[in-house]
Amino acid sequence: MPSLKDLRNRIASVKATQKITKAMQMVAAAKLRRAQTAAEAARPYAERMEVVLGNLASGITVGPETPRLLAGTGGDQVHLLVVCTAERGLCGAFNSSIARLARDHANRLLAEGKTVKIICVGKKGYDILRRQFAQNIIDLIDLRSVRQIGFEQADQIAQKVLGLFEAGEFDVATLFYSRFRSVIAQIPTAQQIIPAQIEATGVSSDAVYEYEPEEGEILATLLPRNLTVQVFRALLENAASEQGARMSAMDNATRNAGEMIKKQTQTYNRSRQAMITKELIEIISGAEAL
Amino acid sequence: MATFNFELVSPERVLFSDAVDAVVLPASEGDMTVLPGHAPMMTTLKTGFLIIGNGAGAGKRVLVRGGFADISQNGLTVLAERALPTEELTQEILDKEILQAEMAYDATNDPAAKHAAESAIAQLREAKEALNY
Repeated sequence: MPSLKDLRNRIASVKATQKITKAMQMVAAAKLRRAQTAAEAARPYAERMEVVLGNLASGITVGPETPRLLAGTGGDQVHLLVVCTAERGLCGAFNSSIARLARDHANRLLAEGKTVKIICVGKKGYDILRRQFAQNIIDLIDLRSVRQIGFEQADQIAQKVLGLFEAGEFDVATLFYSRFRSVIAQIPTAQQIIPAQIEATGVSSDAVYEYEPEEGEILATLLPRNLTVQVFRALLENAASEQGARMSAMDNATRNAGEMIKKQTQTYNRSRQAMITKELIEIISGAEAL
Repeated sequence: MATFNFELVSPERVLFSDAVDAVVLPASEGDMTVLPGHAPMMTTLKTGFLIIGNGAGAGKRVLVRGGFADISQNGLTVLAERALPTEELTQEILDKEILQAEMAYDATNDPAAKHAAESAIAQLREAKEALNY
């Protein structure tokens, strides 16, 4: 049976923890709003890009001149996984669910006898994947010093991936991130970025388009840019998801702490009462004995 | 006067979305003006000033760096890799942009890319000059 002082200490410590989780929840909520507006503001660009690329791609038949970013290298022996996670923990299952998706994917590919290379964006994913795929991880991109994710960071990552692709280091690249649905729902997603998966719009635009410069040339400049846009979108969605996950995780933690405080206060009061009763009995029986 | 819809979108946000009279684009094969009823076309952009004409005497200049323009029946959409309205331009930002362009120039060996970087540097220098007045 813990003493009253022990109980008091325990309650105080849980209360302190609750204050921290509550503060973290509020910070996450504020950051979430910012991340969400950023993700929403970036959406039009990505959507337009898709439409334009779809238009272009549907007018082009895959041939030897088709850019390799669209047609692929012809093989699928070497796979590159770009795993985007958060830099910080304490956000529920956010990091582990992305890492799990990537791990399952990697395991499946390895079982098929393919080669797997991994680029980690964010330290947390690296920490998880390192245990199993230490020799497969070729790079870790650290975004800890970045406060607001900008296009430049996405461009850096995309350039790195493009450099590897042009050097013939891999055939297929897949991007792993968490799509932001709502505060309580973040969906870990795998998206193939090389070769680009473009939904041909089907309806070839009724009007005849003029291209300046040539169609193929435009496509060749657009495809690398599209890669950057996809990475950028993934990073923004990830940032919003992370804050959303952290907010609900911290909300849960705060509630749990509240419950624990209630329970412990009850135990504390009971044992205090028992103590008083015991003392009273001692006094009374002492007086009676006289 | 007839107008058409114009949207200027950068990766971070939608910068401009309204009906306008005319837009001058720094297209990669020479500047061009888009007026209402332009034939559908698509072109890439180089670094330069995009001028939005909105009524007589009311214009707006935006420095764009790379990107492309899509002219369709629904209007003109410009997806700029980077877009800076002149109100937000400062010497420091331009200096940074020039430095980036120079680095891109040094980094590449491809003649076409070298040429693009060269013209970008020239445009940015010009913009910096213009800003001094």
